[in-house]
Amino acid sequence: MRVDSIIRRGLRGVLAVATIAATALAATPAAADEQYFGVPSSRVGPYAAMGTGYYGGIIDYLNYVNLKFGGVNGVKLTWEECETEYNAARTVECYQRLLKKGDQKMVVFDTLGTPGAYAVIGRMAEDHVVLAQYGYGRTDAADGRVWPWVFNAAGHYWGQIAVKMNFMAQQEGGIEKMKGKTIVHLHIDTAYGREPLPAMREICKEWGVRLVEIAIPPPGLEQQSQWLQIRREKADWVTFWGAGSGMNSTAITTAARVGFPRNRMVYVTFGGAEEDMIPAGDAAKGTYVAANAAPGKFPLIQDIEKVVYSAGKGNMQNPERVGTVYYNRGVGAAVMWVEALKNAQRIHKKTGKTVNGDEFRDGYEALDISDAKLKELGILGMSAPFKMSCTKHDGSERFRMMQWDGKKFEMLTDWVAAPDPKFIRKLIEDSAAKYASENKLTPRTCSS
Amino acid sequence: MFYREAGQYFGSYVQDRQLLPLRQDRIGMALMLAGAVVVVPYVASDYWLSAILIPWLILALVALGQNILMGYAGQLSLGSAGFMAVGAFACYNLILRVPGIPFLVAVALSGVCAAAVGIVFGLPSLRIRGLYLAVATLASQFFIVWALDKFGWFKNYDTAGVVTAQHIVILGHRFTAPWEKYLLILAIVAALTLAAKNMARGSTGRAWMAVRDMDVAAEVMGLSLLRTKLQAFAISSFYCGVGGALFAFAYLQTVEPSAFSIELSFRVLFMVIIGGIGTILGCFLGAGFILLMPVFLNTVFHAFLGKAVDSSIASALEQVIFGVLIIGFLIVEPLGLARLWQLTKERLRLWPFRH
Amino acid sequence: MAFFFEVLIGGLLAGVMYSLVALGFVLIYKASSVFNFAQGAMVFFAVLSFVGFMELGLPFWAALPVTVVLMVAVGMLTERFVLRPLVNQSEDTLLMATIGLTFVIEGVAQLAWGVEVRRVDLGIKDEPIGWLMDQAGVLVSQLDIVAGVVAGLMVTALALLFSRTKVGRGLRAVADDHAAALSIGIPLRHIWALVWATAGVVALVAGMLWGARSGVQFALTFTALKALPVLIIGGFTSVPGVIVAGLIVGAAEKFAEVYVGPMVGGGIEGWLPYVLAVLFLLVRPEGLFGEKIIRRV
Repeated sequence: MRVDSIIRRGLRGVLAVATIAATALAATPAAADEQYFGVPSSRVGPYAAMGTGYYGGIIDYLNYVNLKFGGVNGVKLTWEECETEYNAARTVECYQRLLKKGDQKMVVFDTLGTPGAYAVIGRMAEDHVVLAQYGYGRTDAADGRVWPWVFNAAGHYWGQIAVKMNFMAQQEGGIEKMKGKTIVHLHIDTAYGREPLPAMREICKEWGVRLVEIAIPPPGLEQQSQWLQIRREKADWVTFWGAGSGMNSTAITTAARVGFPRNRMVYVTFGGAEEDMIPAGDAAKGTYVAANAAPGKFPLIQDIEKVVYSAGKGNMQNPERVGTVYYNRGVGAAVMWVEALKNAQRIHKKTGKTVNGDEFRDGYEALDISDAKLKELGILGMSAPFKMSCTKHDGSERFRMMQWDGKKFEMLTDWVAAPDPKFIRKLIEDSAAKYASENKLTPRTCSS
Repeated sequence: MFYREAGQYFGSYVQDRQLLPLRQDRIGMALMLAGAVVVVPYVASDYWLSAILIPWLILALVALGQNILMGYAGQLSLGSAGFMAVGAFACYNLILRVPGIPFLVAVALSGVCAAAVGIVFGLPSLRIRGLYLAVATLASQFFIVWALDKFGWFKNYDTAGVVTAQHIVILGHRFTAPWEKYLLILAIVAALTLAAKNMARGSTGRAWMAVRDMDVAAEVMGLSLLRTKLQAFAISSFYCGVGGALFAFAYLQTVEPSAFSIELSFRVLFMVIIGGIGTILGCFLGAGFILLMPVFLNTVFHAFLGKAVDSSIASALEQVIFGVLIIGFLIVEPLGLARLWQLTKERLRLWPFRH
Repeated sequence: MAFFFEVLIGGLLAGVMYSLVALGFVLIYKASSVFNFAQGAMVFFAVLSFVGFMELGLPFWAALPVTVVLMVAVGMLTERFVLRPLVNQSEDTLLMATIGLTFVIEGVAQLAWGVEVRRVDLGIKDEPIGWLMDQAGVLVSQLDIVAGVVAGLMVTALALLFSRTKVGRGLRAVADDHAAALSIGIPLRHIWALVWATAGVVALVAGMLWGARSGVQFALTFTALKALPVLIIGGFTSVPGVIVAGLIVGAAEKFAEVYVGPMVGGGIEGWLPYVLAVLFLLVRPEGLFGEKIIRRV
């Protein structure tokens, strides 16, 4: 069997080469005047649409800063991507792989997903890397005393659900009108889906609203039984907390099939984007979505198209996705990284030099993005203004409500905060304190 | 020339039956272990230790469990990740609720828990075989992951639903550095591998292989099918459970059900197929192959194609190559990488002659 | 009471969808005793290619035959490069080879057509039938009815094919014993080509209906895993068995989710079909309509 033995030898050769080549994993080290970022993308699997848009936005913005301004005060930005497939184990592996490029350590890590965030959150303090959760992940990290290295810029789920409850109340005509109504929280049967429940239960109790929790087992392409239950419960509103374009669009089509009005459905930030609405076709008209990054061709986005895409360096395979919800969210996240970098260079007097993890963290904590700053950056209306501090790591906590009209999203409100931020803050501090005591951590003291 | 048994005599049956009869084998094994224990922690970077070697050892252990079930006992199983999950959660809960329990005892007990669950889900194997049993193990996989996720008690009613694994503390010393964890896992895996090898060589292994080859004949001969099959499930689940506990505590550092999904079960299955069904060495080779292949492909794409290739294309290509390799291995070398190594050893025996 | 019927009908029709996927499995198993684990991936690939061709500009009625040809090609390639080299290997080896094939087909699908979620527009609205709503207060979607009718037609056609036609007899002969079939003069290559072509068409139809219901995306391959319990309960070699089993699985799943689910927090649908299959196996290992398994010792 000559062919057989040749193939066998070939296989052995491949093996040998593989082991040797795998040792050459260290790519070219980062140059001394380049700031290195590790990008753990998730471009495959059920969350591919989300990942390609978000990380495409991030990479486009980093390219933009390099092309238009020559980097940050002369320090060019460089990055490495690693595919996590939105899987916790792979995220950990990518974290290890991306951690160092040559001598430089990465300064910030953004997993886009709650499971990935939880997997790496314990390493942040040891490795001195900032975990920048852009509107997802561990909510109680908003208490910066227990979590000095973790931030929730662009809001978190507890704030989001409070804003949505308020919106629903407004639509009904006031909080008193909510009494006796039924809200169904339809969610993916994972930690992410259950995340808003603690806050939601409290609010519903206070308002006298009946809360029904219905879970969808992933991947959630079949939601018939859940929606029949919703019909049986005679729900007035449905808050949908799904993940992955399949589940998100299936919810809409199934709602149409059982005749539940779409304009009584409120989607989560990570469930409501163009890629989720379009596959559902006409059925999606009228769905409400909360946004922490508004879609649209804001001045910055237009500039990115002009500078980056005409130079042929655009990351999005389909340029029409520039300006969509996930893309803008990515751009918003990258804007914060760059602004934090500028702060870090300024605070530690390292203008024109690279910064390390501690310095970047200080820069991130010093983020103070006002309306004027947003206008200067060209994203007024796309992201909410906010200020971080030592105790408060949760950015703006404000969201805009928008509605899908069949072709695009129509912005209904401006940046709205939760009606009772102190209440949310108390929940956060309680949860953070519980974590600190369970793990025997001493929270740091903050001057502010 | 060098790898011959000429001149090596045995004076007793015990010597004849030893694990590594050839002196060269013994020397080779000793060198390898010495290298693994002494040289590797010094030479390897943190990345290599924590992202490659530790998961390799852990997954090899799980593959060992899968191999015991599939390769030695012949029961097709797709539920290894489910038993890993049982082990991980058991370890977390034991350390949480039993104050002062030594880590190693907790790991061993979590293996026992996984074994108990394995026996329960192994009961159908007494009536069904082959593909049907595979579907039954799918049932165990989905049910276990659902149950661990649904009932908050397992996660200590954590608000977020994802628990961080506690630190590994043995005799007061915290194992946090990668090389410490590596040595600990190396010790555990080496001990369990030795146990597996001896089980496979002994009457237990022979009973399993009899059941695998022709269970009716085995029953006729007097082997209790009930005992043998359930024993295989129990021991296999024990290994998977210990592997799962180590996976959660030493690698991921979180304990969450979604890390133990059906994809992980498939990965373990591939490790066993590619490494070599029914061999101990195959588990290690297969685990290494499966672990390194995506990393290797990723590096190749980045090195040769740079940033010009969208990583979604790279990932899809990875999947295709994976599948092609699996089919290729099954066609060309169904006994896997272990057989390739065996052929190499046989060549070495004759070297420098051809035949 | 109306709600009970809604759940029942909804469950039955969901079950029909599972049956459509399982039908492909049965076809290939009946004709070649190979369990094609990659059938789910083929469903995904078929409908993705169909939608892809339409995006490239082909109209509906042109894209359909082009996709069919593509699926036949996929089937022939599989038979030539995966199954023929493994012809005398054990059942388990073949199963694992088809698992590897699943990966290949999924990867190729994503390489060729990208990862975005797509819509399939069949012109049938997925909305409740008005008069039924008004008369009986029961919600049944139009698309579900169409799916049920299509499935029924396909199953009848295939059952007739296998039992009444000469080709069908040839198929069954080949499945029973290749060598004997060859010796009588049954053309193996033609038979296998026909089987894979039919399986491909079945996959395409199943994919189109699934796609119209839930969108065309990668997660479809996981839902296809649910076809396995359907196969087990119905019996691997029975075409009508697949429909009956699909109905059972669909109805049981929905009832459990709606009535028992709230007690335990939901999510039962994910594992109930498999546990049901195991229970069936313990009582009736060959499934409801399958041939009794005879093992030679």
